[in-house]
Amino acid sequence: GDLRSGGGSVDVCRERLAGLVADIISTVEFNHTGELLATGDKGGRVVIFQREPESKNAPHSQGEYDVYSTFQSHEPEFDYLKSLEIEEKINKIKWLPQQNAAHSLLSTNDKTIKLWKITERDKRPEGYNLKDEEGKLKDLSTVTSLQVPVLKPMDLMVEVSPRRIFANGHTYHINSISVNSDCETYMSADDLRINLWHLAITDRSFNIVDIKPANMEDLTEVITASEFHPHHCNLFVYSSSKGSLRLCDMRAAALCDKHSKLFEEPEDPSNRSFFSEIISSVSDVKFSHSGRYMLTRDYLTVKVWDLNMEARPIETYQVHDYLRSKLCSLYENDCIFDKFECAWNGSDSVIMTGAYNNFFRMFDRNTKRDVTLEASRESSKPRAVLKPRRVCVGGKRRRDDISVDSLDFTKKILHTAWHPAENIIAIAATNNLYIFQDKVNSDMH
Amino acid sequence: MFARGLKRKCVGHEEDVEGALAGLKTVSSYSLQRQSLLDMSLVKLQLCHMLVEPNLCRSVLIANTVRQIQEEMTQDGTWRAVAPQAAERAPLDRLVSTEILCRAAWGQEGAHPAPGLGDGHTQGPVSDLCPVTSAQAARHLQSSAWEMDGPRENRGSFHKSLDQIFETLETKNPSCMEELFSDVDSPYYDLDTVLTGMMGGARPGPCEGLEGLAPATPGPSSSCKSDLGELDHVVEILVET
Repeated sequence: GDLRSGGGSVDVCRERLAGLVADIISTVEFNHTGELLATGDKGGRVVIFQREPESKNAPHSQGEYDVYSTFQSHEPEFDYLKSLEIEEKINKIKWLPQQNAAHSLLSTNDKTIKLWKITERDKRPEGYNLKDEEGKLKDLSTVTSLQVPVLKPMDLMVEVSPRRIFANGHTYHINSISVNSDCETYMSADDLRINLWHLAITDRSFNIVDIKPANMEDLTEVITASEFHPHHCNLFVYSSSKGSLRLCDMRAAALCDKHSKLFEEPEDPSNRSFFSEIISSVSDVKFSHSGRYMLTRDYLTVKVWDLNMEARPIETYQVHDYLRSKLCSLYENDCIFDKFECAWNGSDSVIMTGAYNNFFRMFDRNTKRDVTLEASRESSKPRAVLKPRRVCVGGKRRRDDISVDSLDFTKKILHTAWHPAENIIAIAATNNLYIFQDKVNSDMH
Repeated sequence: MFARGLKRKCVGHEEDVEGALAGLKTVSSYSLQRQSLLDMSLVKLQLCHMLVEPNLCRSVLIANTVRQIQEEMTQDGTWRAVAPQAAERAPLDRLVSTEILCRAAWGQEGAHPAPGLGDGHTQGPVSDLCPVTSAQAARHLQSSAWEMDGPRENRGSFHKSLDQIFETLETKNPSCMEELFSDVDSPYYDLDTVLTGMMGGARPGPCEGLEGLAPATPGPSSSCKSDLGELDHVVEILVET
């Protein structure tokens, strides 16, 4: 259908490119205030960006994001028993709510979750009695009087240290982690199991979901994503490769295999093909900030579900329906298995997800308008307003339209994040991080 | 039951092609595509069995697709038993047959998009294929015969290949070290040869004709080799050289 260039909410002005990460970005996550933005990459590194406070001296550098800290989170490992490599790629990062001056985050690869503490040091003691400025021991005969060391300001130093390592909890590949609203526990999910951890205890975890069949030959469904409810610490949801969502209540049983609610949309018989199941597989699930809805992404659509209605989603948005006739080719080149993420804006009124050709899509739930934008250096100059893009599928073709056959399927926007309160979005395009800000409306309606 | 736009039978077109070829073409074009999808899926399953720990979600989805095709073929009656010598055929033949199948069906046509994949100019499944010449018809018959042999072997090795795939994901008993390594050794060499042949060059796939789509990454062969180096190292440690 016709894509309209958006109203106020989707006039996005491009800020300067926040950073070039050396390796392919594999996850992006704002912290709870939006002051910090963490990215993880394929090489196991984490890069944290910090938003500069708005300054009157430089009005056009309103709150830009600069590199705050970079550290190596995970290293490649070799599993000698299975004779297989364990990739160092960071699958997910989740921030802990800030409880003191330090920031903490969880980062995970396929097998091991780590808790990192990020602290700032901007003062250092000077005037030791026994050591000189370089740290060498003084000749005691030269010491004639005692002094009290004083704290003097120094250049800001950001220190990162691993506080906990949660290892050996997963046989299969971890696809998600989620911090509980109780701020004491978190869960990690792999293809077949979900474990509950206490943030302070690393040698023990509780298995809360296990869908592994007795006979692996009977395996037909895996867990694809999971998340805790933002307010109810006993509720969590997990999605499956068959397109279903299961909302579980930890109060009901220790092992939550019997879901409280099963959310599943009946299959459309007119659209049935050999690829129906694959494209129904949910690649991401996110609770709304309000906790009333869930957002899911499958290969061709994003769907909004009401927690009180299990029979079908309340809203379905087509991300790139023109791919429906290309599914065989996309199966052949494996693109059909790409896992796109989705995101809510702060007020739950706009949802966003990535696509191919460095395109990303935004859907306004209230006005029902949607827009396609492109994350690339060539497509816009800094501070220019992003121009909406359009994919033409035959029929009338406008001048700047792109035909389906010209789409670059190697340029995929899998990871996107939305600032918790403001209209700032982070888009990962391969190894480039783009941060876009809406200058017109800084508060969403 | 294929990609949208492909009808099982294209009745109107039968009038244009003469005699026995007509029946063969309309039914076999769908069967050919379905078979090539099956072959492609099996290749994918074998490939992900060989590399760094396979992506379980992907394997399960592909395996389910294979099951669906198998079920439909069973209902069709095209999934039938064959002579024992067919069962002896090495796995390598399965991979080769995909190539031959694709070349026979679409190689001559060049830029014609495969039926069911067109983005608007598809009139029907058969209209996109060139008129079948007698030479091609012979090849069609040959590959169809091969195709009929194929499924039987599939069925025999089907459960076995799923088994193999999911087994590697289980934690292995540490006392079965020899089994572990013997399992890994030979397939790497076979697969390497196959991958070099398949990934390189302009191989016309069953879904060819769509510009702008990236080909499958030819990465696997290099990571196989690096794994072999690690393997040597591990073996050295074990035998304490």
